[in-house]
Amino acid sequence: MNTPTETAGKPARARAPATVGLFATCLVDLFRPSVGFATAKLLEEAGCRVVVPDSQTCCGQPAFNSGDRADARAIAREVIATFEPFDYVVVPSGSCGGMISHHYPELLRDDPDWGPRARRLAAKTYELMAFLVDVRGLEGVKAKLDATVTYHDSCSGLRELGVKAQPRKLLGTVEGLTLNELPGAEECCGFGGTFCVKYPEISGRMVSNKVADIRATNADLLLAGDMGCLLNMAGRLKREGSTIQVRHVAEVLADMTDTAAIGDTAAGAGRR
Amino acid sequence: MEATSHRFKDNVHEALGDANLQASLAKIRSGFVPKRAAAAAALPEFETLRDQARDIKNHVLGHLDIYLERFAEAVEARGGKVHWAETAADARRIILDLARAGNARTITKSKSMVTEEIALNDALEKAGIEPIETDLGEYIIQLAKEPPSHIIAPAIHKTKEQVAELFLRHHGRYGKTERLTEPTDMVREAREVLRQKYLDADVGITGANFLVAETGSIILVTNEGNADLTLSLPKRHIVLAGIEKLVPTLEDASTMLRVLARSATGQEFSSYTTLVTGPKREGDLDGPEEFHVVLLDNGRSGMVGTEFQDMLRCIRCGACMNHCPVYGTVGGHAYGWVYPGPMGAVLTPALIGVEEAGHLPNASTFCGRCEQVCPVRIPLPRMMRAWRTREFERHLSPASQRWGLGVWAWFAKRPRAYRLVARTAAALLGRMGRSQGRLKRLPLAGGWTRVRDMPAPEGRSFVAAWKADGRPTEAPGAATARRHRGSAKEQGR
Ligand code: SF4
Repeated sequence: MNTPTETAGKPARARAPATVGLFATCLVDLFRPSVGFATAKLLEEAGCRVVVPDSQTCCGQPAFNSGDRADARAIAREVIATFEPFDYVVVPSGSCGGMISHHYPELLRDDPDWGPRARRLAAKTYELMAFLVDVRGLEGVKAKLDATVTYHDSCSGLRELGVKAQPRKLLGTVEGLTLNELPGAEECCGFGGTFCVKYPEISGRMVSNKVADIRATNADLLLAGDMGCLLNMAGRLKREGSTIQVRHVAEVLADMTDTAAIGDTAAGAGRR
Repeated sequence: MEATSHRFKDNVHEALGDANLQASLAKIRSGFVPKRAAAAAALPEFETLRDQARDIKNHVLGHLDIYLERFAEAVEARGGKVHWAETAADARRIILDLARAGNARTITKSKSMVTEEIALNDALEKAGIEPIETDLGEYIIQLAKEPPSHIIAPAIHKTKEQVAELFLRHHGRYGKTERLTEPTDMVREAREVLRQKYLDADVGITGANFLVAETGSIILVTNEGNADLTLSLPKRHIVLAGIEKLVPTLEDASTMLRVLARSATGQEFSSYTTLVTGPKREGDLDGPEEFHVVLLDNGRSGMVGTEFQDMLRCIRCGACMNHCPVYGTVGGHAYGWVYPGPMGAVLTPALIGVEEAGHLPNASTFCGRCEQVCPVRIPLPRMMRAWRTREFERHLSPASQRWGLGVWAWFAKRPRAYRLVARTAAALLGRMGRSQGRLKRLPLAGGWTRVRDMPAPEGRSFVAAWKADGRPTEAPGAATARRHRGSAKEQGR
């Protein structure tokens, strides 16, 4: 899946201008607007016109994963109607990207009107890193950061959307940056949406194991592509009193690291 | 086996506090996981084999009645006998009758996970018959009077020292009174003790990895060879197997075998692969005089034709649990019944009811690793989600959760109200956490803040800030979009 729908024989990697609907996700909207702005900047640098529809809310994952199909469907229809006019929909989250591109078609499969619309939207929806590299053919970014970073592969992006090489490729072009690979980078951090509040004991153990691995890399900055995982890991790092900073990968690639890192104050922000 | 799945949270609490268990679980991560990855990488056609294995099982499940009949005919044509057990109680009764008819005092057992499902050992003991597990792991947990915690490594939760202690306590009556320290010595001692049991047993009970419809054969794979002794030395061999274990032909079975060992232990093939077809024939030097196959339904046929049918493809390799971060954190006992990990999270509610086992499909982050490694490509997360849907529809999920979700969904469906609340919440939480950058305690989010801080929001909503900057919020051709939205409203319930 995820073949771009540009018809008329246009190759996927074309750099023709495209209008992108940016789906910010509820966590970016509420917790981390800077990720939204970083995403927009990256998309614009990749030659896209970026629009942020103000009628967006959430992708409906909490309802879907809690078994509330009716609400999940209703929200999916809202998202489809909001985003179908765009050439592409880009999401700075593998989890919400996967929701739209994998689960909407399943959710609305039996609906004669919305089923095809869901499939069409699914086909032009991308996680940010995959969009930049696989669709726009981006080879690198103009960013600079003197830091040793480590990268966590969030589950949905990794397994539902195949996001693995793309962020590493782009991070490799950030001046001054060293990437120390995280052992067990493909293991879940224990966030899992409502899982983290329904089963805090299990989630807590999972995230503390994850944080132990992160600390062992000697990185001073942790990156990932999903706000849920980032809030979870940052929250645990802070609880343990760690000084490791946490950011969404888009912030680094867009060269927007002047703001306070996730869970830090403005005073402690910026350069080490 | 008595189910404790409803006490999942208590089980979890206990498991997390058990240092020995935690050390054992780490072995799965460092052992089974890389071994499977290496075995898969070494076989270029592994992915194709997985497709074939899935297709074979789907084909059988689509024609289950036909293949069951064919299997039964083939078994009887070769002098065996087939018994049909609709429930666990039926299976127990059939097996007890067979054991009594064979005047059994002791019974050796091998590969008998499904006998846990019907709580056979209890029933045998009550009838004055001693069951003896011969798989080393099963033997250890039998001594410890515990259920298995993993389907292919049932005693993985036990340390070397705990095993030594168990042997010291139980092997005294065989004249073994030395405290052992080396695993090889423990294996030798267990082997010596078990050797006599094989010879003494009147009946041998095994499970089956596959049932072959074409020939009426059963296939057993082990790494210890204990199944062979269990089935060939006593006079009677009883096989207990779920009806979903069927494959059409020997050729199909060989495809299944090629994915099974690689997925389970990372071996190309298990050390012993045994085919059994009927009882001993005239002129055969060994083998049982009687060969009985008990086919267990126990809820399985009820899954056929439902959204849970795919689960019946499971070949019990254990790969899903080896790769599951939740299983890796809490271990098998927490799941509270025979089948742990992701496969248990789907199968257990199907077999003992979602009222009893409702926690299991909920205790998943949907990280998707189980599905990624399942040799027969069972969409485990999708089926856990299907259980959650059933729970939700039957109002089994907790009221507070439903309420919270309902409020949230109400806003998510109403962009304007949502925008207003998002903006206010971002501002409020941002202010609360401003001095620290994070919140140590957050009302209504105790589950979160018990174990980690809550990073504070930056203080404004992205969409509102974007709009305030005067950046575009409407697509070219937005008028058309609005018309479509109109139809969304009409059809949206
Ligand atoms: S569900 Fe798949 S991975 Fe898990 S035990 Fe069954 S066959 Fe193996």
